This record gives sequence, structure tokens and C-alpha cells, in this order.
Amino acid sequence: MSLFVFGYFTLLIAGSSAAAYYKRSEAFGVLFTVTLASMLFGILWGQVAFWTVGIIFASLAAAAGLGYCFRAYMVMLLPEQASRFMKSAPLTASFGLLVIIITLLFAIFAEQIAPFGERQIVGDVWEPATAEFLLGTDNLGRDMFSRLIYGAQTTIAVALAAGILSFSIGMFLSFTAAVVGGWVDQVLSRINDLMLAIPTLIFALVVLAALPQNIFVLVAVMAVIDQTRVFRLGRALAIDIVVQDYVEAARLRGEGWFWIIFREILPNVLTPLIAEFGLRFAFAILFLSSLSFLGLGIQPPEADWGGMVKDNKDGIIFLVPAALYPGAAIAILAVCVNMVVDWLLNRTASLKGGRG
Amino acid sequence: MAKNFGLGPVASLLVQRIGIGFLLILAISALLFIGVEMLPGDFARNYLGQSATPEAVANIRKELGLDQPIITRYLGWLGGVLTGDFGQSWANKASVGDQLFKRLSNTLFLATVAAVFAVPISVGLGMVAVFFRNKLPDHVINILSLAAISMPEFFIGYLFIFFFALLLGIGDGPPIIPGSPTWSLGNVGLVALPAATLVVVVLAHMMRMTRAAILNIMDSAYIETAELKGVNMMTVIRKHAAPNAISPIINVVALNLAYLVVGVVVVEVIFAYPGMGQYFVDAVRVRDMPVVQACGMVFAGVYIVLNMLADVGSIMANPRLMHPK
Repeated sequence: MSLFVFGYFTLLIAGSSAAAYYKRSEAFGVLFTVTLASMLFGILWGQVAFWTVGIIFASLAAAAGLGYCFRAYMVMLLPEQASRFMKSAPLTASFGLLVIIITLLFAIFAEQIAPFGERQIVGDVWEPATAEFLLGTDNLGRDMFSRLIYGAQTTIAVALAAGILSFSIGMFLSFTAAVVGGWVDQVLSRINDLMLAIPTLIFALVVLAALPQNIFVLVAVMAVIDQTRVFRLGRALAIDIVVQDYVEAARLRGEGWFWIIFREILPNVLTPLIAEFGLRFAFAILFLSSLSFLGLGIQPPEADWGGMVKDNKDGIIFLVPAALYPGAAIAILAVCVNMVVDWLLNRTASLKGGRG
Repeated sequence: MAKNFGLGPVASLLVQRIGIGFLLILAISALLFIGVEMLPGDFARNYLGQSATPEAVANIRKELGLDQPIITRYLGWLGGVLTGDFGQSWANKASVGDQLFKRLSNTLFLATVAAVFAVPISVGLGMVAVFFRNKLPDHVINILSLAAISMPEFFIGYLFIFFFALLLGIGDGPPIIPGSPTWSLGNVGLVALPAATLVVVVLAHMMRMTRAAILNIMDSAYIETAELKGVNMMTVIRKHAAPNAISPIINVVALNLAYLVVGVVVVEVIFAYPGMGQYFVDAVRVRDMPVVQACGMVFAGVYIVLNMLADVGSIMANPRLMHPK
């Protein structure tokens, strides 16, 4: 038994015992499960298993630590009200927020941060990672790390544009349906039902087959398909508010429906809507990446994450992991957005007695 | 509520749901056909590219039947679809129907293998999560399912290919071509990795929805009443919770099967699997409209029928509707 294995188990057992002694049942559960699982995996696969478990554990711990520090930092820096809000964030949400902010900074300052150009061919095809090329090179010999940063720019910009557009359309139509009511509501709702009945990816593929391929068409198609989900939520929320007395009062006062939408309904549904916007954004990233992966989204040589997976997928067979980096980037960003959304949704649920 | 036509409440509800389903399919066929026709981007012009003289365009349009009025073409197409004739591919003049049914069988095989594993695992995990509600296993399942929902299909797929097929030598990587006949046990092992990818993709959704559905029931007043009057937990679950839980669980399962059939598109492209998704995507790339319409119709049809079954199943299993006052 090597020193590493000995140290590994000593640490785990000491950790579990400490957790049990201080009655931290969750921490104890995690640690002792890992201890038992390590024994089993160790017998099956040897030391590799310990390293794998160790690395996973260390990265989770690092993420939790970062999340903790970031939350404390934000609570310290932000003004009174915002800092109280931040205090309620669980570790997952504050870590998610941190990653989102870092990704956004990378995307905004891509030109300054990326060591090489987006389309600059700097080396051989699929070179392994070195100090110069942090993640190796891609299928044409371009620097993978630089393209990942430029890809963040394209992917986030397009997903954000589609998210904002779909949100605006969906909100506007759903509030109009709820406020005006009658046949307007009927027509809009039935059209929406029809669109909801078609699976999104199939819908997008059929439409993209017929339309010219450019970025504006792409954003518009994504937005129109996605607004159906926003419409459904928006209408459900607005219908509840339209029947309230203060809306009735506004109507009797003679306010138009424009006022009712922006002054009476919107302020009351803002929190669930922000959470929904996060969900739509995460969905837009995944959807855009899927389309690009199928070769129908953003067209090369523009770098975007889904397209980069497609470009480098043939390398997988030669054990070149280039296609996995952009895939991991998409997954991490989407997980982080979802963790923040989860926090916001839980907040609205607890504020509104389970509804949201 | 619609008029009863002398039927019981359940039967009339079912008739209503099935009717809506067929209306939806009809509406979507019209949308697919007319919508695609109205959009800009003329195939004849695309097809000819640089050599698009007006006469050549007119010839191609005539050859493909594009010069006839749209209603005539729609009715002709719809009649063909109903008899299994989807017309000819523009790209290679082959019959769309033949290709489609061969590939549909491959796709359904893959989806079925995935469903056989995904359904019991996810319903089971959903129940485990409810049982350990707000305790460690629930949190772990929650975080893992959140991660699985956020991962794009192709990332999971290539991760599986990289680690399992290439590093550990378990399962096959692309291209995966099922031996004939498709529906045989020998092919189950062959499609292990694409099926596993699909399982991960739907598992999280299905599990979360199962958990929510069961929690919804466990929170209701009659369960609390039963607990308070001292009935033991197993009896509460067996006599009070389970009969009411079947309906939402059937609903969840059918909804996710619909989702699975669509998720197949990306997974087939990853694993170069000769199914309908691959066929569809290839046709979209070269704008082969008859194939696009046919695939779109079949995918949308399967999706709507499964959604309809979700409704029908949950109505049939709902004790409150089956035993009206």
C-alpha cells in the first residue's frame, strides 16, 4: 500500500469521523459514502479510481469554496438591499453567478484576452496542449483556447439576442391576450397551442430548411419558437393579476391597456419572469449549440461552441479531446445558469406560497 | 365540457382528446406544407445555382410539379401521406416512403431500447427522491439531474464515445449500423452507447417530473388525514397515494417518450446511426423539401400521438373520473 492510498483513506475517515462528531449528517453522509465507494472501486480498478475520486472531490470542494468566498465578497461590496438578497444565495447559485460573470467578461473582452486570432492558423492539425496552445489546436490548426473565447462571444451574443427577442414577443402577446381577452385571447392562445404541439427542434429544422441561412433568420426562428413557452407562462401569470381590484380600478380610471400592461401587471410578475428569462437563456444556448452542431446554426468560419464540436468531432476517434472542450463549456455555462435560476425560482416559490 | 352524445364522462373526454389530436395533426400537415411553400428560397433556383436561366427554372418547376396551384398540391400530398406515399426525393428521385419506413424502424428500435431502461430507472429514482425528501439523496439526485438537463446531447454522446468506446473498450462508437433484422437482441448491445446517451437525456426530466408529481400527491390533505388518523405509512402509500399517483406518472412517462423520439435526431447524427433523424438532417442541409416535409410530419405525428396517449392514459387511470359520483 503506497503512501498516497494510506493518506487518502486517513483523510476520508478522519473527515467522516469529524463530521459525525459535530453532528453534520449531510457532510458525514457524503464523506462516508465516498470512503466506502473508494474501497470498492479501489479493489476493482486500483489507484486510478482514487485519483479520479480525489480529483472530482477536490474540484467540487474548490467550487464550493469559490462560491462561498464570492458570496461573502458580494455581501461585503454590495449596498444594503442587494447584499441581503445575495445572502440568501445557496453555494451552488453563488458559484453559478461567478462563472456566468467570468464567462461574460471573457466574451466581452475576447479580442484582448485571446492569445491568437479567431481564424488564424497557428500550428499543425490537432496538436496536443502545450504552454503556448493551452488546449491544443483544432481541425485546421487554429488555437483551441482562442476559439473557445471567441466562441463564447458568438454563442452568448446570439443566445442572448434570441432570448431577449423571444421574451419581448412572448410577454407582449401574452399580456395583450390577458388584458384584452375575448377573441384576441382565443386566437392567440389557439395559435400558441398549435405551435406548442410541434417539437421545437423539428419545427426549427423544417423552417431553416426553407429560409436563407443567415444569423438574423436564425435568431428570429429561435425567438419565434421559444416565445410559445414565454407566452404560456406570461398568460398564466397575467390572468391572475388582471382580475385583481387594482387593475379594475385602473380600468375604471380609464387607463388604456398599454398602461395596464406596463404599470399594473409587469411590476407584479417581475421576479418569476427574471427566473424564466434565465431558463430561456440556458435553453437558447443549448438549442443554438444543437443547431450549429447539426450544421444549421452559425456558419463557419465564425467560432461558436456547437459548431466547434462539429468541426472537431472526427478527432475523437484518434483520442483527440478537442471536441469535448466546447461541449464542456456549453454544459458548464448551462449548469451555472440553471443553478442561479433554481435559486430565484425557490425564492419566488417561498414568497408566493408555492406559486410562481 | 362538450356535449356527451350519450357517452359516459370518460368516454366523451377520450373522444374529445383523440379528436383534438387528429385535428392538430391535420393542422400541422397544412402548416408544414403551406408554410414551407410560402417561405422564400426557391428550390429550383437553389438547385440550378449559377445556371439558373428562366427557362431552366421553369422546366425544373414543371418537372417537380411546382407550377400547379398550392391547394391542389397540398391535397395531393395529403392523400399520398395517408396511403404511405410521401412522393419523390428532389435530390435523388428515390421514393421517400421506402427510405422513411426503413429508417423509422431503426429509430423506433433505438428509442425503444432507451425507453426500456429510462422509464423504470427514472420512476424509481423519482420515488427515492420523494422518500428521502430534503435529505442528502434527494439533494444529490437533484444536483445530478440539474447537470444532466444542462448538458447538450452531443457532449454526453462524445463523452461516452471517448471514455467508454475508445478508452475502456465498452460499446461501439460511430458509425453504428444495426444488422438486419433491426429488431433483434443482437442489436441491443450494438446500440448501447446511443441508447445510454438518450437515457441520460430523458432520465433527468422524467425523474424531476415524477418527483414533482408524487410530491404533489403526498402534500394533499387526504394523505395528511390518513397519516393523522394513525394509518401506517405503507398502507397510506398503497391505498391512498398509489391509485392517485398512477395517472400523473403515466402522463410523465408518455410526455418523456415524446421528448425521447425528438431527442433521437441529434443522437443519430452523433453516432452516424441510419435512422430518421439522420435522414431528416441530411435533407434539411440540401433543402430536399419532400423529405423534410415527410420527416417533419412523421416526427410531429409521433410526438402528438404520444402526447395524446399521455392525456388518454392519465384520464383512464384517474380514479376520480373512472368512478363518477
